[in-house]
Amino acid sequence: MSTVVFFGVLAFIVVNAPGWPRFQEAFLNGPIFEKSLPKLVSKFWVNVQLFLMAEVLILLFGLLLAVLRSLPGPVFFPLRLLATVYVDMFRALPGILVILMLGLGIPALRIEGVPKDEFFYALVVLTLVYSAYVSEVYRAGIESVHPSQAAAARSLGLTQLQTMRYVVVPQAVRRVIPPLLNDFIGLQKDTVLVSYIGVVEIFRETQILSAAEFNFTPYVATALVFVVVTIPLARFTDWLIARERSRRNAGGIRVPSRRGRMFGFLA
Amino acid sequence: MTAALEVQGLHKSFGQLKVLRGIDLEVAEHEVIALIGASGSGKSTLLRCINLLEPIDAGRIVIHGEEITTKGVKVDRIRRRVGIVFQAFNLFPHMRVLDNVTLGPRKVLSMARAASESDATALLERFGLADKAGDYPDQLSGGQQQRVAIVRALAMQPDVLLLDEVTSALDPELVAEVLNVIRELASGGMTMVIATHEMGFARDTANRVCFLDDGRILEQGPPAQMLSDPQQPRTRQFLTRIIEAGRL
Repeated sequence: MSTVVFFGVLAFIVVNAPGWPRFQEAFLNGPIFEKSLPKLVSKFWVNVQLFLMAEVLILLFGLLLAVLRSLPGPVFFPLRLLATVYVDMFRALPGILVILMLGLGIPALRIEGVPKDEFFYALVVLTLVYSAYVSEVYRAGIESVHPSQAAAARSLGLTQLQTMRYVVVPQAVRRVIPPLLNDFIGLQKDTVLVSYIGVVEIFRETQILSAAEFNFTPYVATALVFVVVTIPLARFTDWLIARERSRRNAGGIRVPSRRGRMFGFLA
Repeated sequence: MTAALEVQGLHKSFGQLKVLRGIDLEVAEHEVIALIGASGSGKSTLLRCINLLEPIDAGRIVIHGEEITTKGVKVDRIRRRVGIVFQAFNLFPHMRVLDNVTLGPRKVLSMARAASESDATALLERFGLADKAGDYPDQLSGGQQQRVAIVRALAMQPDVLLLDEVTSALDPELVAEVLNVIRELASGGMTMVIATHEMGFARDTANRVCFLDDGRILEQGPPAQMLSDPQQPRTRQFLTRIIEAGRL
């Protein structure tokens, strides 16, 4: 009830605002919306390709970074240091700066054999930036696996890396799937940043259409596209978290077949 | 004949805390040793050191004539010869029982999956766990989990099996099934070092009882003598408390 009243009042204020007719004309223009939406959706395909491909690379590279940072002992110190510096650097730099510096800088060097394709740089840069964050999520998962698990594996004679591969990482990944999905949602939205290095994707297309029509309605259409794609994933993530929690409270009774399907590839 | 396991002058500290202050222990093949002593006397640390899970500060550990504590020894190769079973089972929760047992043979001994699984199935059958092969650890009782942990260690065919208070985390009614497994192993000739608070079990299963006190083996001898007529005042004091607690 309170919700209805709240939004009712809000709508009343907005619709009766002095600028409402002009706002409607500039942002909620029906014909322009209808005309631009198909073009935007077709360009959104570029974003979809970008975030799907980047996500696969990020999940792999992020895991590599996390495993490197989690290897104990003095032998692995150089690798640990390298991975730590990397993660610190890429989390410190604003993503847009990395995109501009690498996306415009590397092609400007004109090194033989280095691709000139903007999409390629978009993919590389998103992977570099997001892997730093994702590696920290993985690392939290790895550290949440009790040391007695590693001790049990080592006592069987498994090496450090085999212990990671077969015992620690499978348990860690399972625990961090919800936060990984959360980062994936962030990645979907940040694909628009690569418009700054010349990739014609949905946001660039929005700017083009908006400039051509002297109208902001394409921005609203683009917002709608993202909402439609992102919200279901956010709901799915919450559902997964809730399921994980209820399962843990139920004393960890699990459905083996599903686990077999989702994680069999790791065993 | 060389001993199955020799420990000489073993010292181990955690920071300022000296946990082991010169342990000497020789275990013959097929011998079963019970380590008794108060919590904190160093029983678990000694077992973890023998398994090389803890780096040692001084001393030597020799298995079947081969020193395993010299520099440059491949610890992964040594560990497979020494099995350890932990108080808290430490089964891998994301793997079925069968995979828990075959992981070592497959990845460390490079056995084919089929061969390792038929070996594992035979072992599980021997300890009454055949119908649990497809279950996940958290679907089992504590006693069953600990028996699986023992089977997992046995699957590596170790020369020496170390048991670290394996019944301490179990409900009382589940203790017997695990002790029976260990008795069977003892009668089968498995060389074992067992840290335990079960004095009755130590008396009827061990060949020798060692009393650890403050990081040293204060006294050792045959179970009957050690548990009824110990020579050292500290040992007597410890056993008096155990008897008062109704554990002997």
